[in-house]
Amino acid sequence: MNCQQARPLIDFYADGELDAARILELEKHIHDCPACALAWRNAQTLKKSLKQDSLFFTAPTELRRAIKAELRSQVETKSRWNFSNWNWLTTATTSVATACLVLVLTLSLTRPSAEQRLTQEIVSSNIRSLMADHMLDVVSTDQHTVKPWFNGKLDFSPPVKDLAAQQFPLIGGRLDYIGGRSVAALVFHRNKHVINLFIWPASEKDTKPAASASIQGYNVIHWTNAGMTFWVVSDLNEKELMEFVQDYDSAIPLL
Amino acid sequence: MTAWTKNSSVDDRERLKAFEQMVLPHLDAAYNLARWLAGNDHDAQDVTQEASLRAFKFFGSFRGENARAWLLTIVRNTFYNWLQKNRPAEMAGELDDEALMVEDVSVNAEAVNLRVADAQTVQRAIAELPVEFREIVVLREMEGFSYKEIADLSDVPIGTVMSRLARARKLLQKSLAGEFQPGGAK
Repeated sequence: MNCQQARPLIDFYADGELDAARILELEKHIHDCPACALAWRNAQTLKKSLKQDSLFFTAPTELRRAIKAELRSQVETKSRWNFSNWNWLTTATTSVATACLVLVLTLSLTRPSAEQRLTQEIVSSNIRSLMADHMLDVVSTDQHTVKPWFNGKLDFSPPVKDLAAQQFPLIGGRLDYIGGRSVAALVFHRNKHVINLFIWPASEKDTKPAASASIQGYNVIHWTNAGMTFWVVSDLNEKELMEFVQDYDSAIPLL
Repeated sequence: MTAWTKNSSVDDRERLKAFEQMVLPHLDAAYNLARWLAGNDHDAQDVTQEASLRAFKFFGSFRGENARAWLLTIVRNTFYNWLQKNRPAEMAGELDDEALMVEDVSVNAEAVNLRVADAQTVQRAIAELPVEFREIVVLREMEGFSYKEIADLSDVPIGTVMSRLARARKLLQKSLAGEFQPGGAK
């Protein structure tokens, strides 16, 4: 091993990322070569300099408290709803309540949930948009063209954002029909993949945490924000689709 | 046929409890990364808070592997979205990693005998690095992530991780060595 070969390996060695065979060779070279031995010592010194405790910022107590309080209040707002349901149940006779519970449980276990049916509908709509020549009613990469296009066609105004800067360019939009209502469908690209994003106003029961599923080779993620329900579907891998979700969610104001 | 996320159906309070147990212990790591990226307390708090709320919202997508890496991925995404909105001039655009490699192989670059520098000096040296380099220094040296983990976390090829790290270290060594030379920056 000569210096040219040894030098780039010094960092890998210091990081514990060098394979055993080359470690032996490198150690031998460092032993024989004062210049590389100095480089090795400097690499270790730099690591030591960077590992000082006082360089590590710890989260301020008030930030920690604020985050916990915010999370708690989000959960509490939702559980008050459950509580009123529970009150109603306790006023009914126990046997009726139990019977109801058993029935609900049986139904929910044997039948696809509303969420599962919706997921299937979203995936089907995605496949239809890819097969037929009806992916786009309005072809534009400009969010200021796509958003007004929905005016008068929907009873709400969907938040339209172009994510070209995040490598998810907006291609256009169309009207679609999901879960018994007209919804906005936006189309994005990531490399050769098509991403369909469906948007409609959220109802009370929709305001729950984001969830993901994969069905027939498609990944589906839904979440809510700013009073809207978002469902996104694509054959893109889950990690990148999640990235899309986070980028889109960040582009609209957090509620 | 359908793989449902376990967390999407459980009670919200249980979800929060799990989140507090698995994710919130890494709040210091989240804040540290945000603080080094944003460069000041105020913006770092904004980014950390937004990232934490977002993490809870998307907790259903957490598969239970490495909560710290998962949270830091969200901090990172939140930060770059924030940066684009608030300080677009700082978005470095594409770093020319190939050009960086060429300069790196020069063998006789460090003839000085580096000494462990005091925290204040090191802090200044890191703060002067471009944002992508600060990020990689924090992830590697302070958080101890492997090259592979950093590549996954920041969504770049592993070769890019190695070249950025090498470049960042070269810049740091140069900057810290300068501090000790007579008539140097100090």
